[in-house]
Amino acid sequence: MFGYIIRRILGVIPVMAIVALVVFLLLRLTPGDPAAILAGDSATAAQLERIRESLGLNDPLHLQFFNWIRQLLQGDLGTSLISNTDVSQMIGRRINPTINLAVMTIIISVLMAVPMGVIAAWRHRSWIDYGVMTFSVLGFSVPVFVIGYIFIQIFAIELRWVPVQGYAHPTQDLMGFFQRAILPSLTLATIYVALIARMTRASMLEVLGEDYIRTARAKGVRENVVLFRHALRNAAVPIMTIIGTGFALLISGVVVTESVFNIPGIGRLTVDAILARDYPVIQAMILLTAGIYVLVNLLIDISYSLIDPRIRY
Amino acid sequence: MQFKSRNFDRAETILDICNLSVCLPDQPDIAPVLDGINLTIRAGETACLVGESGSGKSVTSLAVMGLLPKGSLTVSAGEIRLDDTDLLTLSPSDMRKVRARRIAMIFQEPMTALNPVMRVGEQIEEVLTTHEKALSSKVRRGRVLDIMAQVHLPEVERIYGSYPHQLSGGQRQRIMIAMALVLEPKLLIADEPTTALDVTTQGQILSLIAELQERHGTAVLFVTHDMGVVAEIADTVHVMQYGCIVEHAPVERLLRQPQEEYTRKLLSAVPSLVPRPTRPAMLDDNVLEVRNMEKVYAQGGFLVRKAGTLAATGVDLSIARGRTLGIVGESGSGKSTVARCILRLVDPTSGEIRVAGTEIARLSRRALRPHRKHFQIVFQDPFRSLNPRWTVSRSLTEGPVNFGITRRDALSRAGELMELVGLPRDALARYPHQFSGGQRQRIAIARAVAMRPDVLVADEAVSALDVSVQAQVIELLDDIQEKLGIAILFITHDLRVAAQICDDVVVMQRGVVVEYGPAGEVLSQPRHDYTRSLIEAAPGRLWDFANFREIRTA
Repeated sequence: MFGYIIRRILGVIPVMAIVALVVFLLLRLTPGDPAAILAGDSATAAQLERIRESLGLNDPLHLQFFNWIRQLLQGDLGTSLISNTDVSQMIGRRINPTINLAVMTIIISVLMAVPMGVIAAWRHRSWIDYGVMTFSVLGFSVPVFVIGYIFIQIFAIELRWVPVQGYAHPTQDLMGFFQRAILPSLTLATIYVALIARMTRASMLEVLGEDYIRTARAKGVRENVVLFRHALRNAAVPIMTIIGTGFALLISGVVVTESVFNIPGIGRLTVDAILARDYPVIQAMILLTAGIYVLVNLLIDISYSLIDPRIRY
Repeated sequence: MQFKSRNFDRAETILDICNLSVCLPDQPDIAPVLDGINLTIRAGETACLVGESGSGKSVTSLAVMGLLPKGSLTVSAGEIRLDDTDLLTLSPSDMRKVRARRIAMIFQEPMTALNPVMRVGEQIEEVLTTHEKALSSKVRRGRVLDIMAQVHLPEVERIYGSYPHQLSGGQRQRIMIAMALVLEPKLLIADEPTTALDVTTQGQILSLIAELQERHGTAVLFVTHDMGVVAEIADTVHVMQYGCIVEHAPVERLLRQPQEEYTRKLLSAVPSLVPRPTRPAMLDDNVLEVRNMEKVYAQGGFLVRKAGTLAATGVDLSIARGRTLGIVGESGSGKSTVARCILRLVDPTSGEIRVAGTEIARLSRRALRPHRKHFQIVFQDPFRSLNPRWTVSRSLTEGPVNFGITRRDALSRAGELMELVGLPRDALARYPHQFSGGQRQRIAIARAVAMRPDVLVADEAVSALDVSVQAQVIELLDDIQEKLGIAILFITHDLRVAAQICDDVVVMQRGVVVEYGPAGEVLSQPRHDYTRSLIEAAPGRLWDFANFREIRTA
């Protein structure tokens, strides 16, 4: 077991190294001289040369790469071209809201979707099943910003239960955090509830036809034990996959929701950086997103082997 | 042949099924699945329910358990009385209390019947946590270990914490039996409990069930299609056909003097263990020759090297045109590995394979392709070996067209093939699901023969079929062999089938050929201990089913 986990963790290193190489080459090979962007239109040749020198752009490519990697390993992601502040600090300030929002969304989604899927499969072809499936189609097809504005209209403007927009740090104002995070989380959750409920239902339907479910019933075990103890764990691997990729997608894809609810997360940071061609920030964001995907996949793989004792790679 | 001849007239009645009918809901015009079943089992008695697939024997057992698939089958009439309670009148929660406590069930496939992600000890213990809530966890564990010892599992402490995939098939079935008997139910329903097991394991499981039945006085309802098993274990036999019990009698009387036509037919179809008369050898013209073949499955991965698994080693065999060679052995003996190597579905590690004079063991995939038509295969499960989205004609013509025959010629040949395997020519346009299992296996044979192969490999090709269909397919293979002069390599675990179709037999054990010779010699005067133990484990081996009497040694 530990051997397997350690092997998987070691396997992350080459993946991240390749990601770093691609990110590095991407920016070096795209047309345009970072020094020229930094210096602005009115810069002289001498100024440009000075900037190149200070950025190390005159060194051979491989030397630049190794210097960059060395900086990365020391936690130094570079300096923003626009705001001239440390990129790791910029991300550090912005990532908390995004992570908090993503975690809350995933928790809400799982708590709603898994029971929905289980019950839909259990009462296959009943009105509950059809209800869950209809909801699931709606959840997929209505765009996030539409749901977001509808929620704001109902819960913030009409009912005045929660503020319209904004963000509060949970460490400073826990109640305020929940009040402000609940609508964006619910908004984001609709599509994940749809996705996870569907996957849970399909996976459960398959498992409920298995012989060991009949064995459990032949033992006189109660239906809820059959469903949640015997069936759900066997159905869990595809559900975990969806939850994991969903979480990774959430972190990298919260741009729209953060804009609608005016949350200072990394989604907006990325958009701003792209619009301003702030290369060090973009570079760091790509690395961060790739890192989150790799990490989440690692956790999913490890969770498989915890769920199912037959899985040993 | 020693039959059970116990008398149960004085024993109390445990299960009494009266006039039980089961049908599809809301479809009164379709014939009922069970039509007026009457059946009584007394304490300590073993009642066998026999019949072919679709006869309703499993439906009967599920109805008693109250586990008929919801929505697709319902009880329409009758009573199922257990100790004078009609189970059909119980509420779902009262019925749950009956299960495991008073009626328990074991199933055919011990791999799929156990939850793969739960430790087996916990699965047995769950019966106690469900029905005996007052027990302390220490007492529970003690009782689980005790019942595990009673079913003769070794190292019960270790096996308690094992997962199903870490146990052998026989051990898994012992777990199932332990789970069923831990609360000492009055009735045990066993639905084909040994069908998926090797013959030696089957013998052990059957005697285990008999032993525990003796000790606890359990009544057993034993569902099976295997007449050999019936002869070994039954007190009374109920023969089912089309949802009715057509005949029931004490076992010896049923096997000696069957009254109904259907029972006679069923018994006559049981292949005899006595090998058929040897056929005169034709020319000594070997179309398949295997010399010193070995297959090692490599283990370990990218960086780690481990010793591989030796699946087959030192295999020598040959088949002449028009002859049938059987490979028999239990699961894991390497018989399927040998077949797959000969077909080059897997690559042999070393050795020679000559098909129709060409050495193919070391040909590249590409160089092998023109030779593929010389050897064709028929698989065990006709439900999965034909593409369900393709018509029969497409399945039959694909191979010949790949080898350059025009579509028109291939199509007219497909028509001839259908007639050869005894199916109507106009069935070519149909899809596999429109045929029965036996018909599908005929199509699979036609597909293999369409390539005009020199060697036909039949991998357990009749094992999934009912005995009467089995007999027909064996006859068909014989017939085709006579017409086309094909050589057949017949892989089977069933010695009865091997005795009826093979000219020569190879017996394999743990990857090694332990005996090789003419079928008549190997099966009637085995020289190797393993062959002898296989034959002795064959249930009902002393009974000549087709002639309703003991086997007479000539």
